[in-house]
Amino acid sequence: MSETRYTKDHEYIRVEGDVGTVGITDFAQKQLGDVVFVELPQAGKAVAKGAEAAVVESVKAASEVYAPVSGEVVDVNSAIEGQPGLVNEDPSGKGWFLKLKITNKAELADLMDEAAYNSFVSSCS
Amino acid sequence: MADGSHTLPLAVTPLNALHRAAGARMVPFAGYDMPVQYPDGILAEHLHTRAQAGLFDVSHMGQAFLSGANVIARFETLVPGDIAALAQGGIRYTQLLNDEGGILDDMMVTRLSDDRLFLVVNAACKNQDFAHIARALPDLKLDVLDTRALLALQGPVAASVLSMLLPGVELMPFMSAKNFTHAGVELYISRSGYTGEDGYEISVPDAQAESFAQSLLADARVKWIGLGARDSLRLEAGLCLYGHDIDTTTTPIEGDLIWSISKRRRADGGFPGAARVQQHISVGAPRKRVGLALDGKAPAREGADIADSTGAIVGRVTSGGFAPSLQKPIAMGYVDAAHAAVGTELNLIVRGKPLPAHVVAFPFVPTRYYRGK
Repeated sequence: MSETRYTKDHEYIRVEGDVGTVGITDFAQKQLGDVVFVELPQAGKAVAKGAEAAVVESVKAASEVYAPVSGEVVDVNSAIEGQPGLVNEDPSGKGWFLKLKITNKAELADLMDEAAYNSFVSSCS
Repeated sequence: MADGSHTLPLAVTPLNALHRAAGARMVPFAGYDMPVQYPDGILAEHLHTRAQAGLFDVSHMGQAFLSGANVIARFETLVPGDIAALAQGGIRYTQLLNDEGGILDDMMVTRLSDDRLFLVVNAACKNQDFAHIARALPDLKLDVLDTRALLALQGPVAASVLSMLLPGVELMPFMSAKNFTHAGVELYISRSGYTGEDGYEISVPDAQAESFAQSLLADARVKWIGLGARDSLRLEAGLCLYGHDIDTTTTPIEGDLIWSISKRRRADGGFPGAARVQQHISVGAPRKRVGLALDGKAPAREGADIADSTGAIVGRVTSGGFAPSLQKPIAMGYVDAAHAAVGTELNLIVRGKPLPAHVVAFPFVPTRYYRGK
């Protein structure tokens, strides 16, 4: 059973057990436009909640992808390094960025659930 | 692309409703509400322009007639371009210079006749440009055309598309201008543009802008293109974006625009800052705008430092991004003269990391201007 939580910076984290899959939301990829480059961290890197975990660049600009919660990077999606367009085509599926082993699951409570995120997004646009 | 004029209400072009109906994402640019991209996105728009024809709303740019006795010689006192050598209907790319030879704006000048020029200048500079011209040349008449829209149709099929509406435009050589009448309306057509492709700029009265744009868009080969792709197209063509790649602190020689100054004007001067520009020509400018090809996949953006192999900072990126036609990142920037030769290996510093790059000649993508048969 998985549960997905969202940040105000438009990252998602899909939690299964102790591991969360992190990516950017459909709203975020639409705002960015065509993604042409991603920079992913090394597996094993520890990231603090809110710290830069990856970089995503569209034709227009570079943006940071922040860690929604603290954890250790246990896997990265190297497919999006070769095919950055996957982030646009399937942000919540094949366009994921990294998997985090979550240090403190209590931090998830600070994030939005899907309903809260959807209403947050409607207030952004 | 924000321009800092957010306290003023945004101006709109006569094509605003068409952009919105086409699903454009609108952004503030130079005081105007302008389309940055349409639903296809910047990559697709860019590649469509290179493959077929893109339609750009550039109505925010400034258009004016300058007329009067000796207008050619008089205007040459403000710009280093050779206006006297233009044939009637010929167009020149040149720069308005300040007294230090710094660039106030870059522009297109058309010689309509011996006593009349047509000027097209950048949107963000137009008010100050026109004030500067009027102040410097009070003996001439400056008519700012604020009730005409400007469309750019760019791409390899632009001539085929436009000639269906305006037979004869296909015969115009690149950098020439001619008036045409369509449905009773006078259009000022220039075979010019800023994408590196063949194409046209079309000045049309505001009231007919929408219907004329729609008649172009009725051709399936034509699509709207936003400011985002306009920027990536001009970057691939090695062309400067005013305020980024050239400004009041750069001379045309530093900006690698010496090609826009003829032998006569290099020798004779007679434009603002001529002594400094001539010094840059004779002994070399201390720095130069260069093209930069990155070896890796990460783009470098405006503001990135440029370092030599020892790590010393030797310049700065002024424009950079992903080149859709090349599928790799490119940039341009200023480096000191010792590092400006084609082939020089440099590092662009992005997020603290050196990205290997080397100096290349402009343009990044070959231009395909129509020179006539």
